[in-house]
Amino acid sequence: MQERVKKPQFDVVGTRPVRPDGVDKVTGRAKYGADLKMAGQLVGKVLRSPHAHARIKSIDVSKALALPGVKAVVTAEDFPGQPSEFIPAGEGVVNYRDMTSNVMARAKVLYEGHAVAAVAALNEKTALAALDAIKVEYEVLPHVIDEMEAIKPGAPILHEDMITTGVTPAPTKASNIAKRVEFVLGDAAKGFGEADLIVEREFKTKAVHQGYIEPHACLASASEDGSAELWVTTQGHWVVRAYCAKLLGWEIGKIRVTSSEIGGGFGGKTVVYLEPLALALSKKTRRPVKMVMSREEVFKASGPTSGGTVKVKMGVKKDGRITAAEAEITLQAGAFQGSPVQPACMCAFANYDLENVKVVGYDVVSNRPKVAAYRAPGGPISTYGVESVVDEIAEKLGMCPIELRLKNAAKEGTRAAYGPKFGPVGLIECLEAAKESDHWKAPLGPNQGRGLAAGFWFNIGGETTVSLQLNEDGTLTLMAGTPDIGGLRASLCMMAAEELKMDVSKIRPIIADTSSLGYNFLTGGSRSTFSSGMATVEAARSIVKQACGRAAKLWDIPEEAVTFEDGMIRPAGENAGKHKPMSLSDIAKVAGKTGGAIVGYAAISAQGAAPSFGVHIADTEVDPGTGKVTVTRYTAIQDAGKAIHPSYVEGQYQGGAVQGIGWALNEEYIYGADGKLQNAGFLDYRVPVASDLPMIDTIIIEVPNPRHPYGVRGIGETPIVPPMAAIGASVRRASGVRFFELPMSPPKVLKAMKAAGKA
Amino acid sequence: MRYEKPTTVEAATALLAGQGARVLAGGTDLLVQIRSRILNPDVVVDIKGIDTTRKITKDTSGYTIGAAVTGAELKEHPTLSKDWPGLVEGANLIGSTQVQGRASLGGNLCNGSPAADSVPAMIAAGAVATIAGPKGTRTLPVEDIMLAPRKLALTAGEFIVSFKIPARPAHGGDAYLRFIPRTEMDIAVVGCGVALALDAGGTCTAARVALGAVAARPLLVEDGAKALIGTKVDDAALAKLEAAAKAACKPIDDKRGTVEFRIDVAGTLAKRVAKIALERARKV
Ligand SMILES: Cc1cc2nc3c(=O)[nH]c(=O)nc-3n(C[C@H](O)[C@H](O)[C@H](O)COP(=O)(O)OP(=O)(O)OC[C@H]3O[C@@H](n4cnc5c(N)ncnc54)[C@H](O)[C@@H]3O)c2cc1C
Repeated sequence: MQERVKKPQFDVVGTRPVRPDGVDKVTGRAKYGADLKMAGQLVGKVLRSPHAHARIKSIDVSKALALPGVKAVVTAEDFPGQPSEFIPAGEGVVNYRDMTSNVMARAKVLYEGHAVAAVAALNEKTALAALDAIKVEYEVLPHVIDEMEAIKPGAPILHEDMITTGVTPAPTKASNIAKRVEFVLGDAAKGFGEADLIVEREFKTKAVHQGYIEPHACLASASEDGSAELWVTTQGHWVVRAYCAKLLGWEIGKIRVTSSEIGGGFGGKTVVYLEPLALALSKKTRRPVKMVMSREEVFKASGPTSGGTVKVKMGVKKDGRITAAEAEITLQAGAFQGSPVQPACMCAFANYDLENVKVVGYDVVSNRPKVAAYRAPGGPISTYGVESVVDEIAEKLGMCPIELRLKNAAKEGTRAAYGPKFGPVGLIECLEAAKESDHWKAPLGPNQGRGLAAGFWFNIGGETTVSLQLNEDGTLTLMAGTPDIGGLRASLCMMAAEELKMDVSKIRPIIADTSSLGYNFLTGGSRSTFSSGMATVEAARSIVKQACGRAAKLWDIPEEAVTFEDGMIRPAGENAGKHKPMSLSDIAKVAGKTGGAIVGYAAISAQGAAPSFGVHIADTEVDPGTGKVTVTRYTAIQDAGKAIHPSYVEGQYQGGAVQGIGWALNEEYIYGADGKLQNAGFLDYRVPVASDLPMIDTIIIEVPNPRHPYGVRGIGETPIVPPMAAIGASVRRASGVRFFELPMSPPKVLKAMKAAGKA
Repeated sequence: MRYEKPTTVEAATALLAGQGARVLAGGTDLLVQIRSRILNPDVVVDIKGIDTTRKITKDTSGYTIGAAVTGAELKEHPTLSKDWPGLVEGANLIGSTQVQGRASLGGNLCNGSPAADSVPAMIAAGAVATIAGPKGTRTLPVEDIMLAPRKLALTAGEFIVSFKIPARPAHGGDAYLRFIPRTEMDIAVVGCGVALALDAGGTCTAARVALGAVAARPLLVEDGAKALIGTKVDDAALAKLEAAAKAACKPIDDKRGTVEFRIDVAGTLAKRVAKIALERARKV
């Protein structure tokens, strides 16, 4: 394998120490969103729409307020109206008018489960009784669930002012299409003209939920003086603070938000639902208000990711060189615009070095909960279609799917259809590793098949602040602001330990609250180890510099004459050997006398995030009598740049693969003709359970990111991108049938196998 | 809501004859339904204080299994799994280890779900329920107890005290399989129980075939039994069994499976279950 950056040797980075948050998690001491309690707290509950689409004619809360023990009720009237404008927020944009209308319905309810009112009461029973006592008069409207139905002329319109953007001339009539996006490279028509083989297919995927085990939960306490505290399970408490301040019209600096431990987010905890309601109820009652969603509420009212329709057309030469690629991607946004159609389009052909590409996307609203980010938002959907077509091309050409991909793989210098040229990337290395793996060469049993697919994700950097305090005894306190979902604290401590040549167990990390640290954008876009790691390294280097300065003071020599080597601060140059070297601990002990506390602080906007490519191999066995697909072996291969703590990198690969397997085989939002969700629980919304899966094997590839001090790339999202196509390709070979729709659940598989004479 | 734990059958039937009373066995259905506000009984009558609901006894005529005996206890019994492995497997499929510590045969049947896992196995084994009521005790075959979803043949004040399972025939075997999209923690899309007996020459002399989750109630498939009796349970007999099982189904389309799918899988499972029962019968 080609070494692109000289790989330094590390003492700590790349090892597997015990995670600092582990003990409290396995003993139950760790505090998650619902674990926080305050004296005098009230219970908050939300009244939700029973209808998929209805006009709210009136809301009468008087009977609820009259119940003993009910302390307050809020409705949309308690939140100021917001203008419709799009404001950049990290990876996407937000529109505060939509956000406030989503947390509390205004004029219309747009999906079953849409919040209509919220109550605060002395206990849960009273709060539930209060919900029953609120009288809402609805005028039920026709609804539309499917995205392809929603774009048909005559479909019920959700927003009477929605004019499709990205189309010239602009349409004159409202529709459910919020926007059209387009990415073009070269000339697709010309490319198809040069092709020996063209494959054109249409794929359909269903809305799927992130399925985090911990439901949304928060505890809010608003003071008489206008300040407020909020404890919440979230991927980004600075973002929660900004959203709540905006929706309530409060000052940002007066709200202090603390993130709890988080029981999974996967993108779904980057938005607000309960938080502004809890703060508003607390302000009204002057008591702390705790709110926790039920699982049913999580499914019905928090964001899944889009289902969609993906049309893919690709042309190749006989030798496997792809000459042109086209896709049309229509994604569900839920009730408000903002599906991940843009990244879906950008990811679609990112695996390949192509000359002629055209991708068009549509963002479509329908009567479903507003989608939220879910691991590589949009990427898995478009990639499922594209990688399935690539697999079919390999089959039709009689080529090995790895060779076909190697022939076209994106590499350093490839211009992606969405604009940029890639720096050093590891797709070729992943494909080579797949080819060499035991898995790829292993024999298969009867009714078994093997499939492979590749995947890509951009990854981001962004605003990040880290503070390191060198304590009096030489231990270190690390404060980061990106909530730790996947082993972040361990990785940050390791990078600090590497820089400071310290024992990693001497470093104690916390995720600091919004009043203790400068701004941090949320944990998302696979940015936290990359960005907070970069800030940690910068802060650690500042500690070294300060410590050297203190030694210089003590030794009365110039600062430049002091070096930090092998964990010791030493006089250098002509002073070398003249003073006894000091450890950081020695300096820490005299910090008070040499200028005060030693604190390393880095407030950065992390630049240079690099994409991560991955390749997954899936073996499945299909039961011809029932259509049931069992995953028998699975390997996830991915470029990490540099794995700081390999166990947590592997954990991300495995977790993403498992979520993708669920998406491929059984998970789906199922709606009845009444527009209501039929499977709002883990019984009928089937995430894989442990016994459904083989051990997910992993291979970590390391093509360092030259823009990170340790070569780190984001790795958390790519692993969910390849699984659906890998499983699809595998099922194709196991069953003899190619599927174009997810999930490949037993009834569909059996029916298709019967039709093909294979069952 | 009142909680009562009578220690005699008479006291229990008296309580149950009152308004809004509900039997509590393991509570793995009842408590879930109360908490999710589906049921709101006035009186919860815990039958676990009554000795006969909690014991397994064995004599020459077979087993008497208390209606509130848990899945874990069925499994731990020294001989029951040897004599009626399919019945125990069906009961042990219910939920998880935790649920197994509570869930009972009586609760599984009386919850009134056509998908209950232990019920087809009980029907195949020829289980008969002993029912106590204000007017005394009566017996009813298990296949006659559930009439429709949530609807039972029990009348006011009645409850099931125990189940009588016949002694296993000399060369007898039973089995139960269910189809679920996952491997555990799921509800049967189709369930099938088969019990059969062979003569010394290996010819099937008796058979009972039962299906769950393919109609409004668990089904005893008489034609399935006919397909097997008098044969060596060979491929031809299994093909007839498959056809009979499919013909008996009257399923619905729902989020868990289509009509077509349930019928196909019922046929597949019937064959597979009969083969396992046959293997078992040959071994004893
Ligand atoms: C996590 C979980 C997983 C589950 N998985 C499965 C599964 O895989 N398969 C499956 O079949 N079920 C499953 N169940 C449902 C349930 O566990 C079973 O139906 C169980 O057998 C019920 O028994 P119980 O003793 O807990 O009944 P209870 O909850 O005590 O009672 C159930 C109902 O029957 C009535 N009743 C109970 N005993 C009698 C009696 N002797 N006479 C008259 N009426 C009576 C009660 O009034 C109540 O209406 C699951 C439940 C949970 C919570």
